[in-house]
Amino acid sequence: MTTMSDPQQGSFRLSMLLNDTRYRSYTFQFIALLLLIALMAFLGINLVRNLAEAGLNISYSFLYVPAGYDINQTLIDYNSQSTNLRAAVVGILNTLLVAFLACITATVLGVIAGVARLSKNWLVSKMMSVYVEIFRNIPVLIWILMIYTLMTAVLPAPNAFRGDNATSSMLFDAFAFTNRGIYIPAPVWGPGSMIVVATFVLSIISAVAYRRYAVSLLFRTGKLLPTGWPTLAILLVPTILVFFLMGSPVGLDYPALKGFNFRGGLQIGAPLIALWLALSVYTGAFIAENVRAGIQAVSKGQTEAAASLGLRPKRIMNLVVLPQALRVIIPPLISQYLNITKNSSLAIAVGYADITATLGGITLNQTGRAIECVLLLMLFYLTISLSISAIMNVYNNSVSLKER
Amino acid sequence: MSDTHAASVPYVRESMLPQVEPPSTAKGPVKWVHQSLFSSIPYTILTLVALYVIFVILSGFLPWLLGGVWNTGNIRECREVLDGGQGGCFSVLTERWNQLLFGIAYPQDGYWRPTLAFILLFVAAAPVLFGSVPRQLLIVTVLYPFLAFWLIWGGSILVPLAALLSFVIGYVVYSRLVKSSFAGGLFGGIAVGVVVWFVAGLITSNLTDVLALEEVASRNMGGFMLNMILGVICVSLSLPLGIVLALGRQSNLPIIRLICVVFIEFIRGVPLITLLFVANVVLAYFLPPGTNFDLILRVIIMITMFASAYIAEVIRGGLAALPRGQYEAADSLGLDYAQAMRLIILPQALKISIPGIVNVAVGLFKDTTLVSIISMFDLVGMIRGPILASTDWNGVYWELWGFAALLFFVVCYGISQYSQWLERQLQTDHH
Repeated sequence: MTTMSDPQQGSFRLSMLLNDTRYRSYTFQFIALLLLIALMAFLGINLVRNLAEAGLNISYSFLYVPAGYDINQTLIDYNSQSTNLRAAVVGILNTLLVAFLACITATVLGVIAGVARLSKNWLVSKMMSVYVEIFRNIPVLIWILMIYTLMTAVLPAPNAFRGDNATSSMLFDAFAFTNRGIYIPAPVWGPGSMIVVATFVLSIISAVAYRRYAVSLLFRTGKLLPTGWPTLAILLVPTILVFFLMGSPVGLDYPALKGFNFRGGLQIGAPLIALWLALSVYTGAFIAENVRAGIQAVSKGQTEAAASLGLRPKRIMNLVVLPQALRVIIPPLISQYLNITKNSSLAIAVGYADITATLGGITLNQTGRAIECVLLLMLFYLTISLSISAIMNVYNNSVSLKER
Repeated sequence: MSDTHAASVPYVRESMLPQVEPPSTAKGPVKWVHQSLFSSIPYTILTLVALYVIFVILSGFLPWLLGGVWNTGNIRECREVLDGGQGGCFSVLTERWNQLLFGIAYPQDGYWRPTLAFILLFVAAAPVLFGSVPRQLLIVTVLYPFLAFWLIWGGSILVPLAALLSFVIGYVVYSRLVKSSFAGGLFGGIAVGVVVWFVAGLITSNLTDVLALEEVASRNMGGFMLNMILGVICVSLSLPLGIVLALGRQSNLPIIRLICVVFIEFIRGVPLITLLFVANVVLAYFLPPGTNFDLILRVIIMITMFASAYIAEVIRGGLAALPRGQYEAADSLGLDYAQAMRLIILPQALKISIPGIVNVAVGLFKDTTLVSIISMFDLVGMIRGPILASTDWNGVYWELWGFAALLFFVVCYGISQYSQWLERQLQTDHH
């Protein structure tokens, strides 16, 4: 005979708040909340008192007064009379620029190193392990400063390119590596160039569409269309045709030595190069490890099963190994991108004008608005991080194995 | 057998051939070289390219290293000795050795103190890191924080002794009370400890010259020593904090979970450098007027918070990886929350999280170089500031950066190798 007696429905006593597990959690949370409020109040009261004592207030009006400093590398128009807000926007764009560039090169480097580390060629795989271990175990700040030193102390000054007995010369008459940065040819967009660009965008879209069609045709009928050469043709032929039909509207502006410095072309400053390269090689080492782990996570049985179905090695790679490996590789890859964005804040060490150097550096020092500047700075990075994690969650949900 | 084919084939061997050695190209080093370096034409090209790259690197690096000058007073003397030849001015390392390791302001005759603390660190860490070391050495581990504080910061030995005393008494109280309730033990222990510390502090404040070493202010710490101090203190403090945060994030009390989630996500979302800015220029606004904290202490607080958020995420991964049955088994044994966590869950979860924790520790140690940006003179700060800016050594870049890189590489590579070894040791399943 099983009789369940209900728990005694006695009246609520105060001691139950501590001894009864049903109510104890409320007590704990209440205490935690009280402590948190007390801490906030303590910090807030201190803040108010300190500000009153220093005769300060919290105000964001400093954003609208002229910044009064110059920035070398800007993506939008900026001069020293522009507002602090515009300086911050310049900084944000510079942060995004270096993060974007570094993400691309780090991925390329990391994928090459990760695949090469699994190579059967002993020498190559050992070299890649050495690369990964060396770059992972030395602080990124030291790498940034080292590459910056390389850029500024080892590369020749512009006047080394001058005269009959010049000690340095330009590469292909188009690239100049100087201690003030690297000069590359800049594209000049003439009239009608937009049509060429539009054609190119259209060809990309149609190339993607063609590949999709090839895949769906393969799945429906088993017919195998060639993809390699047709894709290349769709991508290039119309663009080149339009380019010459429009009379070559896109030209190149080559850098040339005039006076003490190079004029024309596009100057990429030494700080940007140092930051870009250092972040790429440093994060590339981490990405290489992620790639290696991802490929190794695909069990050998998968490859063997695909081979026994009669697939050729390239198709095994494309249809069986890569889709499974990518599911393992991409989440850590995205968090490496996040790390690149956060590490780009080290720009301040080499004087690259990213958001930390403009808003958190010069603006902060000139206006003395420490709290506001740091708050805005954190807000910017938080926005980036949270949006990237949101993207990552969406991706994880879309690729997670659907069980049950 | 042989006569069955006698009519159809001209010759049939009737005896077994003796076993022969494999041909010389299919065994030993020749086979290895062939298979792993020159098995196909693309591989051969790859190998040759790799060999060329290695040759270029070594032909630049070796003359620089081997032809280096180790004992000159400044860069001009060094260039004279080199006389246009290839070689590094490593004399900057010998001449500025103490500055690189201890910073500018640490008292010269006290260098033995951090050195001794550094050596003792290994003795103290050994019983924690290696199970085969005698357990009696754990007493050194317990005493180490107090001893190291006394050695590095100086002052009377009574101050760390008072702290030690309060910890010991607090622990005794804790172990008495913990049998009845964990919370009672914990809070009772902490309360008694704080009281003892306060009382002992009153007594010791009058006896400042008992066994006193020369006192060194925190702002005088520098060089690689500062990196080590920040790294060791912040990792050891952030571990317990990280465990608490991870448990809070996994708990089913919504308010506590919310607090932990917000804290962790906030810290992980911003770069460390902004937190260092907070320590440098903002934190003072949030403290009672007149409080004068050391910069190093503020930095330690911020780096510890930073690291604890990352460690919390690693441990949360470990907690989530434990099978549900472990939690249920603990419940069905009648253990309460504290007991279940202490005895069942955390030992397993921490074991799973060791590689992740070590990764965070290595990353944190590398990140201690960031303090050079808020003008503290750690190893990187020393090199960028006083050494490269001095007229004696302006221009000796690669020797200094190479040295800094080497120091960090040795420590970080060592730690990651240790963690791989430990992972193999802790493997209980049969692979």
